[in-house]
Amino acid sequence: MIIAFLSAVVLDSNLVWTEILQICLSCLAIASGLFFVLAGSIGVLRFPDFYTRLHAAGMTDTLGAELILIGLILQSGFTQTSLKLLMIGFFLLLTSPTATHAIAHSAHTANLKPKLGKHSFSKVQRDRS
Amino acid sequence: MRHASLLTLAMAATWLMLSGYFIGMILTFGFISIILVVWMTKRLSILDNESVPYLNILKTCKYYIWLFIEIVKANIQVVKAVIGPNAEISPSLIKIPMHTDIDIAQTMFANSITLTPGTVSVDVQKDHILVHALLKEMSKPEDFYEMHCRSAKAVSIDLKDN
Repeated sequence: MIIAFLSAVVLDSNLVWTEILQICLSCLAIASGLFFVLAGSIGVLRFPDFYTRLHAAGMTDTLGAELILIGLILQSGFTQTSLKLLMIGFFLLLTSPTATHAIAHSAHTANLKPKLGKHSFSKVQRDRS
Repeated sequence: MRHASLLTLAMAATWLMLSGYFIGMILTFGFISIILVVWMTKRLSILDNESVPYLNILKTCKYYIWLFIEIVKANIQVVKAVIGPNAEISPSLIKIPMHTDIDIAQTMFANSITLTPGTVSVDVQKDHILVHALLKEMSKPEDFYEMHCRSAKAVSIDLKDN
């Protein structure tokens, strides 16, 4: 992505400053979206039980996906494609919590008890070693 | 009748926006499918404010913009809890009172709670939602009242008592 960004900005000297701004903003949005997806996956591995892992997964499909979509919208500019991407973003806001709720509710119905109370990670790691 | 014409208009707009072709044949297909869908919704008698929510679309958009800012704030808190050096979580189950019994307002509220990272709605009862909260700062039931009010307003429904 960085290579594409550099080649677009440096090699193409005909770019207007608005286009440079557009590329910069879209790169920034996609990069921060990727950061949230990464943090979500780390959370899924790191959290102690089923319910807490759901929270980390929820982070991936809200802000991670939305920021990547915003980046793509900025990249495609004011076209029909960006309108379609906007609609995908809106549908994600409706469908991803529904799926999360379905999973959480089925775990609750099956009497899976959540771990409650304080929990710190550093302690767990020390216990294991 | 008002709902049927609104639905027709909305679907025609969607078709024209998404297809992008203005050829006679494609437009005819669009026309036929719109008529078919409107006829079927009429036959299923689900043509009401709930299935045709286009009148308060501006309010809903405003609500989603507010919600997006809340999502960003909550995300930053959860990211801190995931990758912070002294990361600490305190999961808890809390009951959040609900002041409405209209389906769409309940759905909107429970959906917003789940959408905000750090809180997941686990079970929806008649007068409360059971919520699993990840952090201590997110586990106060009175903090959810503002979201409850705003989500009800987004679908033009008034809350009962207080």
